[in-house]
Amino acid sequence: MTDMLSENETAAHVDLFSKFDPLIEMRRNLLSTGQEDPFGLVMERVISPTVAVCNGRETILLGTYNYMGMTFDPDVIAAGKQALDDFGSGTTGSRVLNGTYAGHKAVEQALCDFYGMDHAMVFSTGYQANLGIISTIAGKGDYIVLDIDSHASIWDGCKMGDAEVVPFKHNDIEAMEKRLRRIPAEAGKLVILEGVYSMLGDIAPLKEMIAVAKKYGAMVLVDEAHSMGFIGPKGRGVAEDQDCLDEVDFVIGTFSKSVGTVGGFCVSNHPKFEIMRLVCRPYVFTASLPPSVVATATTSIRKLMHAGDKRAHLWENSKTLHKGLKDAGFQIGTDEPQSAIIAVIMPDLEKGAAMWEALLHEGLYVNLARPPATPANMTLLRCSLCAEHSAEQVQQIIGMFTRAGKATGILGA
Amino acid sequence: MDREETSARIAALIEPFNKKDVAITDQTRFTDDLEFDSLTVMDFVAAIEDEFDIIISMNQQAEIETYGQLVDAVVKLQG
Ligand SMILES: Cc1ncc(COP(=O)(O)O)c(C=O)c1O
Repeated sequence: MTDMLSENETAAHVDLFSKFDPLIEMRRNLLSTGQEDPFGLVMERVISPTVAVCNGRETILLGTYNYMGMTFDPDVIAAGKQALDDFGSGTTGSRVLNGTYAGHKAVEQALCDFYGMDHAMVFSTGYQANLGIISTIAGKGDYIVLDIDSHASIWDGCKMGDAEVVPFKHNDIEAMEKRLRRIPAEAGKLVILEGVYSMLGDIAPLKEMIAVAKKYGAMVLVDEAHSMGFIGPKGRGVAEDQDCLDEVDFVIGTFSKSVGTVGGFCVSNHPKFEIMRLVCRPYVFTASLPPSVVATATTSIRKLMHAGDKRAHLWENSKTLHKGLKDAGFQIGTDEPQSAIIAVIMPDLEKGAAMWEALLHEGLYVNLARPPATPANMTLLRCSLCAEHSAEQVQQIIGMFTRAGKATGILGA
Repeated sequence: MDREETSARIAALIEPFNKKDVAITDQTRFTDDLEFDSLTVMDFVAAIEDEFDIIISMNQQAEIETYGQLVDAVVKLQG
Protein backbone atom coordinates (compact mmCIF):
# COMPACT_ATOMS: atom_id res chain seq x y z
CA MET A 1 0.00 0.00 0.00
CA THR A 2 3.05 2.28 -0.19
CA ASP A 3 2.13 3.47 -3.69
CA MET A 4 -1.13 5.10 -2.62
CA LEU A 5 -1.30 8.80 -3.34
CA SER A 6 -1.29 11.15 -0.41
CA GLU A 7 -4.22 13.47 0.09
CA ASN A 8 -2.86 16.45 -1.82
CA GLU A 9 -1.52 14.52 -4.84
CA THR A 10 -3.54 13.72 -7.97
CA ALA A 11 -2.62 11.47 -10.89
CA ALA A 12 -2.91 12.64 -14.49
CA HIS A 13 -6.46 12.43 -15.81
CA VAL A 14 -6.83 9.94 -18.66
CA ASP A 15 -9.93 10.44 -20.75
CA LEU A 16 -11.33 6.99 -21.44
CA PHE A 17 -13.05 8.41 -24.51
CA SER A 18 -9.77 9.21 -26.33
CA LYS A 19 -9.92 5.82 -28.03
CA PHE A 20 -13.00 7.00 -29.96
CA ASP A 21 -11.27 10.06 -31.41
CA PRO A 22 -10.60 8.55 -34.87
CA LEU A 23 -14.29 7.64 -35.23
CA ILE A 24 -15.43 11.06 -33.96
CA GLU A 25 -13.11 12.67 -36.50
CA MET A 26 -14.38 10.47 -39.33
CA ARG A 27 -17.99 11.36 -38.53
CA ARG A 28 -17.13 15.04 -38.31
CA ASN A 29 -15.54 14.93 -41.76
CA LEU A 30 -18.48 13.10 -43.26
CA LEU A 31 -21.14 15.37 -41.76
CA SER A 32 -19.22 18.62 -42.31
CA THR A 33 -20.08 18.43 -46.02
CA GLY A 34 -23.73 18.88 -45.15
CA GLN A 35 -24.34 15.15 -45.53
CA GLU A 36 -27.36 13.93 -43.57
CA ASP A 37 -26.40 11.49 -40.80
CA PRO A 38 -27.09 7.98 -42.13
CA PHE A 39 -27.10 6.65 -38.57
CA GLY A 40 -29.49 9.20 -37.09
CA LEU A 41 -32.66 8.89 -39.14
CA VAL A 42 -35.96 9.28 -37.29
CA MET A 43 -39.20 7.75 -38.52
CA GLU A 44 -41.84 10.22 -37.50
CA ARG A 45 -44.79 8.05 -38.44
CA VAL A 46 -45.03 4.48 -39.65
CA ILE A 47 -47.85 3.94 -42.09
CA SER A 48 -47.40 0.29 -43.00
CA PRO A 49 -44.63 -2.36 -43.08
CA THR A 50 -43.33 -0.68 -46.25
CA VAL A 51 -44.01 3.05 -45.81
CA ALA A 52 -43.05 5.61 -43.14
CA VAL A 53 -42.74 9.37 -42.84
CA CYS A 54 -39.12 10.55 -42.44
CA ASN A 55 -38.24 14.29 -42.36
CA GLY A 56 -41.85 15.00 -43.24
CA ARG A 57 -41.52 12.95 -46.43
CA GLU A 58 -43.37 9.74 -47.23
CA THR A 59 -40.66 7.13 -47.66
CA ILE A 60 -40.62 3.56 -48.98
CA LEU A 61 -38.91 1.33 -46.45
CA LEU A 62 -36.29 -0.93 -48.02
CA GLY A 63 -33.99 -1.20 -45.04
CA THR A 64 -35.98 -2.96 -42.35
CA TYR A 65 -35.97 -6.63 -41.40
CA ASN A 66 -39.72 -6.76 -41.68
CA TYR A 67 -39.40 -9.49 -44.32
CA MET A 68 -42.87 -10.94 -43.92
CA GLY A 69 -44.64 -7.67 -43.14
CA MET A 70 -46.14 -8.95 -39.89
CA THR A 71 -45.86 -5.70 -37.89
CA PHE A 72 -49.32 -4.46 -38.85
CA ASP A 73 -51.04 -7.82 -39.21
CA PRO A 74 -54.49 -7.34 -37.62
CA ASP A 75 -54.39 -10.67 -35.76
CA VAL A 76 -50.93 -9.91 -34.41
CA ILE A 77 -51.99 -6.46 -33.19
CA ALA A 78 -55.17 -7.82 -31.62
CA ALA A 79 -53.21 -10.48 -29.71
CA GLY A 80 -50.85 -7.84 -28.35
CA LYS A 81 -53.68 -5.56 -27.21
CA GLN A 82 -55.48 -8.44 -25.54
CA ALA A 83 -52.33 -9.45 -23.66
CA LEU A 84 -51.77 -5.87 -22.50
CA ASP A 85 -55.28 -5.85 -21.07
CA ASP A 86 -55.06 -9.30 -19.52
CA PHE A 87 -51.47 -9.46 -18.27
CA GLY A 88 -50.27 -5.85 -17.99
CA SER A 89 -47.37 -4.00 -19.55
CA GLY A 90 -44.43 -6.01 -18.24
CA THR A 91 -43.31 -8.94 -16.11
CA THR A 92 -40.72 -7.11 -13.97
CA GLY A 93 -38.71 -10.27 -13.54
CA SER A 94 -36.47 -13.05 -14.77
CA ARG A 95 -37.82 -16.08 -16.59
CA VAL A 96 -36.64 -18.28 -13.70
CA LEU A 97 -38.37 -16.23 -11.01
CA ASN A 98 -41.58 -14.25 -11.57
CA GLY A 99 -41.13 -13.63 -15.31
CA THR A 100 -42.67 -16.72 -16.89
CA TYR A 101 -46.33 -16.17 -17.80
CA ALA A 102 -48.63 -18.43 -19.79
CA GLY A 103 -47.67 -16.36 -22.86
CA HIS A 104 -43.98 -17.27 -22.56
CA LYS A 105 -44.82 -20.96 -22.49
CA ALA A 106 -47.20 -20.45 -25.44
CA VAL A 107 -44.57 -18.78 -27.61
CA GLU A 108 -42.07 -21.55 -26.81
CA GLN A 109 -44.68 -24.11 -27.85
CA ALA A 110 -45.30 -22.15 -31.06
CA LEU A 111 -41.57 -22.33 -31.80
CA CYS A 112 -41.45 -26.09 -31.14
CA ASP A 113 -44.36 -26.51 -33.56
CA PHE A 114 -42.87 -24.14 -36.14
CA TYR A 115 -39.51 -25.96 -36.25
CA GLY A 116 -40.76 -29.45 -35.35
CA MET A 117 -38.30 -29.57 -32.47
CA ASP A 118 -38.56 -30.75 -28.86
CA HIS A 119 -37.28 -27.71 -26.97
CA ALA A 120 -37.46 -23.95 -27.31
CA MET A 121 -36.04 -21.30 -25.04
CA VAL A 122 -36.99 -17.64 -25.48
CA PHE A 123 -34.57 -14.82 -24.66
CA SER A 124 -35.19 -11.08 -24.52
CA THR A 125 -33.31 -10.53 -27.82
CA GLY A 126 -31.57 -12.58 -30.51
CA TYR A 127 -28.33 -10.95 -29.45
CA GLN A 128 -28.77 -12.42 -25.98
CA ALA A 129 -29.72 -15.83 -27.40
CA ASN A 130 -26.37 -16.07 -29.20
CA LEU A 131 -24.50 -14.56 -26.29
CA GLY A 132 -26.09 -16.95 -23.82
CA ILE A 133 -26.11 -20.24 -25.70
CA ILE A 134 -22.61 -19.94 -27.16
CA SER A 135 -20.87 -18.75 -24.00
CA THR A 136 -22.63 -21.39 -21.90
CA ILE A 137 -22.20 -24.53 -24.01
CA ALA A 138 -18.62 -23.95 -25.20
CA GLY A 139 -16.40 -23.76 -22.13
CA LYS A 140 -12.77 -24.07 -21.13
CA GLY A 141 -10.90 -26.59 -23.29
CA ASP A 142 -13.66 -26.69 -25.93
CA TYR A 143 -13.20 -25.30 -29.44
CA ILE A 144 -15.50 -23.01 -31.41
CA VAL A 145 -14.99 -23.11 -35.17
CA LEU A 146 -16.86 -20.27 -36.88
CA ASP A 147 -17.21 -18.33 -40.11
CA ILE A 148 -15.17 -15.10 -40.10
CA ASP A 149 -18.23 -13.11 -41.26
CA SER A 150 -20.33 -14.11 -38.24
CA HIS A 151 -22.69 -11.60 -36.62
CA ALA A 152 -21.43 -9.46 -33.72
CA SER A 153 -23.63 -11.35 -31.25
CA ILE A 154 -21.86 -14.61 -32.17
CA TRP A 155 -18.43 -13.05 -31.70
CA ASP A 156 -19.49 -11.57 -28.39
CA GLY A 157 -20.79 -14.97 -27.27
CA CYS A 158 -17.38 -16.44 -28.12
CA LYS A 159 -15.62 -13.68 -26.22
CA MET A 160 -17.78 -14.11 -23.16
CA GLY A 161 -17.04 -17.83 -22.89
CA ASP A 162 -13.75 -19.60 -22.23
CA ALA A 163 -13.49 -21.77 -25.36
CA GLU A 164 -10.69 -21.57 -27.92
CA VAL A 165 -12.02 -19.57 -30.88
CA VAL A 166 -10.96 -20.61 -34.38
CA PRO A 167 -12.38 -18.66 -37.35
CA PHE A 168 -12.26 -19.74 -40.97
CA LYS A 169 -12.69 -17.91 -44.30
CA HIS A 170 -16.29 -17.13 -45.21
CA ASN A 171 -18.22 -20.15 -46.53
CA ASP A 172 -14.93 -22.00 -47.20
CA ILE A 173 -15.62 -25.68 -46.57
CA GLU A 174 -12.01 -26.74 -46.98
CA ALA A 175 -10.72 -24.07 -44.59
CA MET A 176 -13.29 -25.21 -42.03
CA GLU A 177 -12.32 -28.88 -42.43
CA LYS A 178 -8.61 -28.15 -42.04
CA ARG A 179 -9.27 -26.47 -38.72
CA LEU A 180 -11.55 -29.22 -37.45
CA ARG A 181 -8.96 -31.82 -38.40
CA ARG A 182 -6.26 -30.10 -36.32
CA ILE A 183 -8.32 -29.84 -33.14
CA PRO A 184 -7.49 -32.55 -30.57
CA ALA A 185 -9.93 -35.43 -31.17
CA GLU A 186 -10.99 -35.57 -27.52
CA ALA A 187 -11.88 -31.84 -27.28
CA GLY A 188 -15.50 -30.62 -27.40
CA LYS A 189 -16.25 -28.83 -30.67
CA LEU A 190 -18.95 -26.36 -31.71
CA VAL A 191 -19.28 -25.24 -35.32
CA ILE A 192 -21.20 -21.96 -35.75
CA LEU A 193 -22.75 -21.02 -39.09
CA GLU A 194 -25.44 -18.68 -40.35
CA GLY A 195 -28.14 -19.55 -42.87
CA VAL A 196 -28.15 -16.11 -44.52
CA TYR A 197 -25.23 -13.73 -44.00
CA SER A 198 -26.91 -10.40 -43.59
CA MET A 199 -24.31 -8.09 -45.09
CA LEU A 200 -24.18 -9.50 -48.63
CA GLY A 201 -27.38 -11.55 -48.41
CA ASP A 202 -25.59 -14.73 -49.43
CA ILE A 203 -26.42 -18.15 -47.99
CA ALA A 204 -24.16 -20.87 -46.60
CA PRO A 205 -23.70 -24.33 -48.14
CA LEU A 206 -25.06 -25.72 -44.89
CA LYS A 207 -25.58 -29.27 -46.07
CA GLU A 208 -21.93 -29.82 -47.01
CA MET A 209 -20.58 -27.84 -44.08
CA ILE A 210 -22.70 -29.65 -41.52
CA ALA A 211 -21.71 -33.04 -42.98
CA VAL A 212 -18.05 -32.11 -42.49
CA ALA A 213 -18.68 -30.83 -38.97
CA LYS A 214 -20.41 -34.09 -38.03
CA LYS A 215 -17.56 -36.14 -39.51
CA TYR A 216 -15.27 -34.51 -36.94
CA GLY A 217 -17.72 -35.04 -34.10
CA ALA A 218 -18.67 -31.37 -33.73
CA MET A 219 -22.01 -30.03 -32.56
CA VAL A 220 -23.56 -27.47 -34.91
CA LEU A 221 -25.29 -24.18 -34.16
CA VAL A 222 -26.95 -22.30 -37.03
CA ASP A 223 -28.18 -18.72 -36.74
CA GLU A 224 -31.24 -18.46 -39.00
CA ALA A 225 -32.10 -14.85 -38.06
CA HIS A 226 -32.52 -13.68 -41.68
CA SER A 227 -34.17 -16.76 -43.14
CA MET A 228 -36.93 -17.56 -40.66
CA GLY A 229 -40.40 -17.28 -42.14
CA PHE A 230 -39.12 -16.86 -45.68
CA ILE A 231 -36.59 -19.49 -46.78
CA GLY A 232 -37.52 -23.18 -46.84
CA PRO A 233 -40.86 -24.79 -47.76
CA LYS A 234 -42.22 -24.16 -44.25
CA GLY A 235 -40.14 -21.05 -43.61
CA ARG A 236 -37.85 -22.85 -41.17
CA GLY A 237 -34.74 -21.49 -42.83
CA VAL A 238 -31.79 -22.41 -45.02
CA ALA A 239 -31.17 -25.71 -43.20
CA GLU A 240 -34.72 -26.80 -43.99
CA ASP A 241 -34.31 -25.65 -47.58
CA GLN A 242 -31.14 -27.76 -47.94
CA ASP A 243 -32.76 -30.69 -46.19
CA CYS A 244 -30.36 -30.82 -43.24
CA LEU A 245 -32.33 -29.31 -40.35
CA ASP A 246 -32.26 -32.68 -38.55
CA GLU A 247 -28.47 -32.42 -38.38
CA VAL A 248 -28.51 -29.01 -36.69
CA ASP A 249 -28.10 -29.25 -32.91
CA PHE A 250 -29.11 -25.67 -32.12
CA VAL A 251 -31.03 -23.15 -34.22
CA ILE A 252 -30.79 -19.54 -33.08
CA GLY A 253 -33.39 -17.06 -34.21
CA THR A 254 -34.98 -13.74 -33.48
CA PHE A 255 -38.45 -12.18 -33.29
CA SER A 256 -37.03 -8.86 -34.51
CA LYS A 257 -37.11 -9.72 -38.21
CA SER A 258 -39.81 -11.83 -39.92
CA VAL A 259 -41.77 -12.29 -36.68
CA GLY A 260 -42.08 -8.52 -36.45
CA THR A 261 -41.55 -7.79 -32.76
CA VAL A 262 -38.56 -8.27 -30.43
CA GLY A 263 -37.03 -11.31 -28.73
CA GLY A 264 -34.68 -14.18 -29.46
CA PHE A 265 -34.67 -17.93 -29.15
CA CYS A 266 -32.86 -21.22 -29.41
CA VAL A 267 -34.62 -24.43 -30.51
CA SER A 268 -33.04 -27.85 -30.14
CA ASN A 269 -33.67 -31.58 -29.90
CA HIS A 270 -30.87 -32.09 -27.38
CA PRO A 271 -32.30 -34.32 -24.62
CA LYS A 272 -30.66 -32.25 -21.86
CA PHE A 273 -31.55 -28.86 -23.36
CA GLU A 274 -33.82 -27.71 -20.51
CA ILE A 275 -30.84 -27.39 -18.11
CA MET A 276 -29.89 -24.26 -20.11
CA ARG A 277 -32.62 -22.39 -18.26
CA LEU A 278 -30.62 -22.64 -15.05
CA VAL A 279 -27.06 -22.18 -16.29
CA CYS A 280 -27.37 -19.62 -19.08
CA ARG A 281 -26.68 -16.22 -17.54
CA PRO A 282 -28.14 -13.96 -20.29
CA TYR A 283 -31.37 -15.93 -19.80
CA VAL A 284 -31.39 -15.85 -16.01
CA PHE A 285 -30.09 -12.39 -15.16
CA THR A 286 -32.42 -10.21 -17.20
CA ALA A 287 -36.15 -9.51 -17.26
CA SER A 288 -38.39 -11.55 -19.53
CA LEU A 289 -40.25 -10.13 -22.52
CA PRO A 290 -43.49 -8.21 -21.88
CA PRO A 291 -46.73 -10.24 -22.25
CA SER A 292 -47.83 -8.20 -25.29
CA VAL A 293 -44.57 -9.00 -27.08
CA VAL A 294 -44.79 -12.77 -26.57
CA ALA A 295 -48.46 -12.71 -27.55
CA THR A 296 -47.73 -10.90 -30.83
CA ALA A 297 -44.81 -13.29 -31.46
CA THR A 298 -46.96 -16.38 -30.90
CA THR A 299 -49.64 -15.18 -33.30
CA SER A 300 -47.08 -14.14 -35.90
CA ILE A 301 -45.12 -17.42 -35.71
CA ARG A 302 -48.28 -19.49 -36.10
CA LYS A 303 -49.35 -17.42 -39.12
CA LEU A 304 -45.89 -17.75 -40.67
CA MET A 305 -46.33 -21.53 -40.77
CA HIS A 306 -48.98 -21.04 -43.45
CA ALA A 307 -47.48 -18.11 -45.35
CA GLY A 308 -46.54 -19.94 -48.56
CA ASP A 309 -48.09 -17.27 -50.79
CA LYS A 310 -46.22 -14.48 -49.05
CA ARG A 311 -42.96 -16.43 -49.37
CA ALA A 312 -43.55 -16.80 -53.11
CA HIS A 313 -44.27 -13.07 -53.53
CA LEU A 314 -41.16 -12.11 -51.54
CA TRP A 315 -39.04 -14.32 -53.81
CA GLU A 316 -40.55 -12.54 -56.81
CA ASN A 317 -39.67 -9.17 -55.27
CA SER A 318 -36.12 -10.27 -54.54
CA LYS A 319 -35.56 -11.57 -58.07
CA THR A 320 -37.08 -8.47 -59.69
CA LEU A 321 -35.04 -6.03 -57.63
CA HIS A 322 -31.81 -7.98 -58.10
CA LYS A 323 -32.23 -8.08 -61.86
CA GLY A 324 -33.41 -4.46 -62.07
CA LEU A 325 -30.45 -3.08 -60.15
CA LYS A 326 -27.97 -5.29 -61.95
CA ASP A 327 -29.36 -4.28 -65.34
CA ALA A 328 -29.16 -0.62 -64.28
CA GLY A 329 -25.42 -1.11 -63.82
CA PHE A 330 -25.04 -1.50 -60.07
CA GLN A 331 -22.62 -3.98 -58.54
CA ILE A 332 -24.53 -6.46 -56.35
CA GLY A 333 -23.16 -8.58 -53.49
CA THR A 334 -24.34 -11.86 -55.04
CA ASP A 335 -24.57 -12.95 -58.69
CA GLU A 336 -28.01 -14.38 -58.08
CA PRO A 337 -30.59 -13.37 -55.47
CA GLN A 338 -30.19 -15.81 -52.55
CA SER A 339 -32.34 -14.19 -49.86
CA ALA A 340 -34.49 -11.11 -49.22
CA ILE A 341 -31.34 -9.00 -48.88
CA ILE A 342 -29.88 -7.33 -51.97
CA ALA A 343 -26.59 -5.60 -51.16
CA VAL A 344 -25.48 -2.87 -53.53
CA ILE A 345 -21.72 -2.35 -53.37
CA MET A 346 -20.58 1.28 -53.16
CA PRO A 347 -17.13 2.49 -54.25
CA ASP A 348 -16.39 4.08 -50.84
CA LEU A 349 -18.02 5.53 -47.73
CA GLU A 350 -18.37 9.09 -49.09
CA LYS A 351 -20.06 7.93 -52.30
CA GLY A 352 -22.16 5.45 -50.31
CA ALA A 353 -23.33 8.16 -47.92
CA ALA A 354 -24.10 10.51 -50.82
CA MET A 355 -26.09 7.80 -52.56
CA TRP A 356 -27.90 7.00 -49.32
CA GLU A 357 -28.93 10.64 -48.99
CA ALA A 358 -29.94 10.92 -52.65
CA LEU A 359 -32.18 7.88 -52.21
CA LEU A 360 -33.71 9.38 -49.08
CA HIS A 361 -34.54 12.52 -51.05
CA GLU A 362 -36.13 10.29 -53.68
CA GLY A 363 -38.26 8.86 -50.89
CA LEU A 364 -36.46 5.56 -50.28
CA TYR A 365 -34.83 4.30 -47.11
CA VAL A 366 -32.08 1.67 -47.33
CA ASN A 367 -29.37 0.64 -44.82
CA LEU A 368 -25.91 2.09 -45.17
CA ALA A 369 -23.44 -0.51 -43.91
CA ARG A 370 -19.75 0.18 -43.46
CA PRO A 371 -16.71 -1.45 -41.89
CA PRO A 372 -16.25 -3.05 -39.42
CA ALA A 373 -19.77 -4.48 -39.79
CA THR A 374 -19.13 -5.36 -43.46
CA PRO A 375 -16.82 -8.01 -44.94
CA ALA A 376 -13.68 -6.98 -46.86
CA ASN A 377 -14.01 -3.33 -45.76
CA MET A 378 -16.88 -2.76 -48.18
CA THR A 379 -19.43 0.05 -48.03
CA LEU A 380 -22.86 -1.33 -48.85
CA LEU A 381 -26.36 -0.06 -49.44
CA ARG A 382 -28.36 -2.94 -48.11
CA CYS A 383 -31.85 -3.40 -49.44
CA SER A 384 -34.09 -5.79 -47.58
CA LEU A 385 -37.37 -6.60 -49.21
CA CYS A 386 -40.72 -7.22 -47.63
CA ALA A 387 -43.49 -9.59 -48.71
CA GLU A 388 -45.76 -6.54 -48.52
CA HIS A 389 -43.81 -4.56 -51.13
CA SER A 390 -46.05 -4.47 -54.18
CA ALA A 391 -44.68 -5.22 -57.65
CA GLU A 392 -45.24 -1.50 -58.46
CA GLN A 393 -43.21 -0.41 -55.43
CA VAL A 394 -40.33 -2.61 -56.59
CA GLN A 395 -40.40 -0.93 -60.02
CA GLN A 396 -40.53 2.48 -58.30
CA ILE A 397 -37.49 1.48 -56.22
CA ILE A 398 -35.49 0.53 -59.32
CA GLY A 399 -36.32 3.94 -60.83
CA MET A 400 -35.22 5.75 -57.67
CA PHE A 401 -31.93 3.85 -57.59
CA THR A 402 -31.24 4.62 -61.22
CA ARG A 403 -31.90 8.37 -60.80
CA ALA A 404 -29.87 8.60 -57.58
CA GLY A 405 -27.06 6.54 -59.11
CA LYS A 406 -26.78 8.97 -62.01
CA ALA A 407 -27.08 12.06 -59.78
CA THR A 408 -24.22 10.88 -57.57
CA GLY A 409 -22.08 9.70 -60.48
CA ILE A 410 -22.05 6.10 -59.31
CA LEU A 411 -23.73 5.07 -62.54
CA GLY A 412 -22.36 6.35 -65.82
CA ALA A 413 -24.62 9.01 -67.38
CA MET B 1 11.88 -27.97 -35.95
CA ASP B 2 14.21 -25.52 -34.17
CA ARG B 3 13.55 -21.82 -33.74
CA GLU B 4 15.85 -20.77 -36.56
CA GLU B 5 14.24 -22.99 -39.16
CA THR B 6 10.74 -22.05 -37.98
CA SER B 7 11.67 -18.39 -38.22
CA ALA B 8 13.02 -18.81 -41.74
CA ARG B 9 9.81 -20.47 -42.91
CA ILE B 10 7.61 -17.81 -41.29
CA ALA B 11 9.77 -15.08 -42.85
CA ALA B 12 9.08 -16.56 -46.27
CA LEU B 13 5.34 -16.65 -45.54
CA ILE B 14 5.28 -13.02 -44.42
CA GLU B 15 6.72 -11.71 -47.67
CA PRO B 16 3.51 -11.42 -49.72
CA PHE B 17 1.84 -9.63 -46.77
CA ASN B 18 4.75 -7.26 -46.17
CA LYS B 19 3.62 -4.69 -48.71
CA LYS B 20 6.03 -1.98 -47.57
CA ASP B 21 9.07 -4.24 -47.34
CA VAL B 22 9.54 -3.54 -43.64
CA ALA B 23 12.74 -5.15 -42.33
CA ILE B 24 11.64 -8.00 -40.06
CA THR B 25 13.17 -8.50 -36.64
CA ASP B 26 11.89 -10.27 -33.54
CA GLN B 27 10.61 -6.87 -32.35
CA THR B 28 8.54 -6.08 -35.49
CA ARG B 29 4.91 -5.51 -34.50
CA PHE B 30 2.14 -6.80 -36.78
CA THR B 31 -0.37 -3.97 -36.35
CA ASP B 32 1.92 -1.00 -35.71
CA ASP B 33 4.88 -1.78 -38.00
CA LEU B 34 3.43 -4.07 -40.68
CA GLU B 35 0.00 -2.38 -40.54
CA PHE B 36 -1.90 -5.67 -40.73
CA ASP B 37 -5.66 -5.24 -40.63
CA SER B 38 -8.04 -7.98 -39.48
CA LEU B 39 -8.41 -9.46 -42.98
CA THR B 40 -4.67 -9.65 -43.49
CA VAL B 41 -4.29 -11.25 -40.08
CA MET B 42 -6.81 -13.94 -41.03
CA ASP B 43 -5.05 -14.78 -44.31
CA PHE B 44 -1.60 -14.67 -42.74
CA VAL B 45 -2.62 -16.86 -39.81
CA ALA B 46 -4.24 -19.34 -42.22
CA ALA B 47 -0.99 -19.50 -44.22
CA ILE B 48 1.01 -20.27 -41.09
CA GLU B 49 -1.50 -22.81 -39.84
CA ASP B 50 -1.36 -24.64 -43.17
CA GLU B 51 2.43 -24.53 -43.36
CA PHE B 52 2.94 -26.02 -39.90
CA ASP B 53 -0.34 -27.96 -39.63
CA ILE B 54 -1.26 -26.24 -36.38
CA ILE B 55 -4.10 -24.11 -34.99
CA ILE B 56 -3.46 -20.64 -33.61
CA SER B 57 -6.77 -19.79 -31.91
CA MET B 58 -7.88 -16.18 -31.56
CA ASN B 59 -7.22 -16.50 -27.84
CA GLN B 60 -3.58 -17.31 -28.65
CA GLN B 61 -3.39 -14.62 -31.34
CA ALA B 62 -4.39 -12.03 -28.77
CA GLU B 63 -1.12 -12.73 -26.92
CA ILE B 64 1.01 -12.32 -30.04
CA GLU B 65 2.05 -8.79 -30.95
CA THR B 66 5.51 -9.18 -32.42
CA TYR B 67 7.23 -11.40 -34.94
CA GLY B 68 9.42 -12.92 -32.21
CA GLN B 69 6.37 -13.85 -30.13
CA LEU B 70 4.82 -15.51 -33.18
CA VAL B 71 7.93 -17.61 -33.86
CA ASP B 72 8.01 -18.68 -30.19
CA ALA B 73 4.32 -19.59 -30.29
CA VAL B 74 4.71 -21.64 -33.48
CA VAL B 75 7.75 -23.47 -32.06
CA LYS B 76 5.70 -24.32 -28.96
CA LEU B 77 2.59 -25.35 -30.91
CA GLN B 78 4.59 -27.82 -32.96
CA GLY B 79 5.38 -29.57 -29.66
C1 LIG C 1 -27.35 -13.00 -37.79
C2 LIG C 1 -27.98 -12.30 -36.65
N1 LIG C 1 -28.03 -12.89 -35.45
C3 LIG C 1 -28.60 -12.28 -34.38
C4 LIG C 1 -29.13 -11.02 -34.46
C5 LIG C 1 -29.67 -10.35 -33.22
O1 LIG C 1 -31.03 -10.28 -33.23
P1 LIG C 1 -31.83 -9.29 -32.27
O2 LIG C 1 -32.18 -8.09 -33.07
O3 LIG C 1 -33.03 -10.07 -31.86
O4 LIG C 1 -30.96 -8.98 -31.10
C6 LIG C 1 -29.11 -10.37 -35.69
C7 LIG C 1 -29.74 -9.04 -35.87
O5 LIG C 1 -29.20 -8.02 -35.67
C8 LIG C 1 -28.51 -11.00 -36.80
O6 LIG C 1 -28.41 -10.37 -37.98
